Amino acid sequence: MSKIDLSNLDSVQYDVLKEIGNIGAGNATTALSKMLDVKIDMKVPKVQLVDFSEISNIIASEEDIMAGILLYLEGDVNGMMMFLLEVDSARALVSSLMGKPVDVSKKGSPDFDEMECSALNEIGNIITGAYLSALSDMTRLTIISSVPGLQIDMAASILSVPAIEFSKIGDRVLLLETQFDADSSINGYFILVPELDSYDTILNSLGL
Amino acid sequence: MGEVIKVGMADLKVCTVPDSLTTLGLGSCVGIALYDRTTKITGLAHIMLPSSKEICNNSNIAKFADTGIEETVRLMKAKGAKVSNIVAKIAGGAQMFAFSTNKNEMLNVGDRNVYAVKEKLKELNIPIIAEDTGLNFGRTVIIDSETGIYTIKAVGKDIKEI
Repeated sequence: MSKIDLSNLDSVQYDVLKEIGNIGAGNATTALSKMLDVKIDMKVPKVQLVDFSEISNIIASEEDIMAGILLYLEGDVNGMMMFLLEVDSARALVSSLMGKPVDVSKKGSPDFDEMECSALNEIGNIITGAYLSALSDMTRLTIISSVPGLQIDMAASILSVPAIEFSKIGDRVLLLETQFDADSSINGYFILVPELDSYDTILNSLGL
Repeated sequence: MGEVIKVGMADLKVCTVPDSLTTLGLGSCVGIALYDRTTKITGLAHIMLPSSKEICNNSNIAKFADTGIEETVRLMKAKGAKVSNIVAKIAGGAQMFAFSTNKNEMLNVGDRNVYAVKEKLKELNIPIIAEDTGLNFGRTVIIDSETGIYTIKAVGKDIKEI
């Protein structure tokens, strides 16, 4: 039986989860900042328990186009991790990485060519890798991630994937969300969705 | 054109003329539109998982294909619909993320949802007269109670009416 009750987290558990979000995203943001050679601001992470019906509204409107990069986690921690970017942020990141100006005519467009998708995947790989290695160092747990999968589509349809995973254990999603800004042009979110047992593993490893 | 009523994730609603029902950004979930051709009573269920029997925490009946469809039909009947007049149109069940190593059953939840929906509708003798399922993209759907037309919108694709 799992010790953690997601609908009734105590303040210590809450703070620890928040700190995980903070350290993981901090590391990821540093990796991104180095890669792009720009200054990136990170917001204070949020931990919240939200109903399915609200999940996509919290990050964006359901039909807003976003780029999602999804990885499955295995090892001591099972679950999934998602890195989400607004579509224009994704384009700004890719352009910045490839050293070319942002094509303003493509504002809001979901069309990315093969090269751009590949670049986006690589960005996702690097920053989720940095996030997870921070988490792994902190907890001394082995976390193995799958090859990332990329999808550019409506926010709700992308978020349905972690939501379905969560729906197996409850009616609400625990959202570990960290937002960052780079020159106000890039908005991104990390969502960590461990399985219920993995919450225990993580909290135990930190002495809780 | 009446009001457009929103159906959320793991949610279901029923309406009558002139209203319509919509659910935004279906991914691996399935949107089941049920339509009584005589009374024009319309239902829309947005299910997330195939079966309530596989999951312990199954209090939200709108979350599952089996209980979600049953409940929608029950609500439609309560408003005066007849099961023998009901037809179904279904959309969604996409596989949003493609991985080369497909060992995780979770990835095929879209297919499993569609399969479960079809099984349940067959059990209830409700014919599926149109569907737009599978593939790898999100869909926004609207069912119009006036005409029974199920409109499907997807990013970068033409609007489809089934």
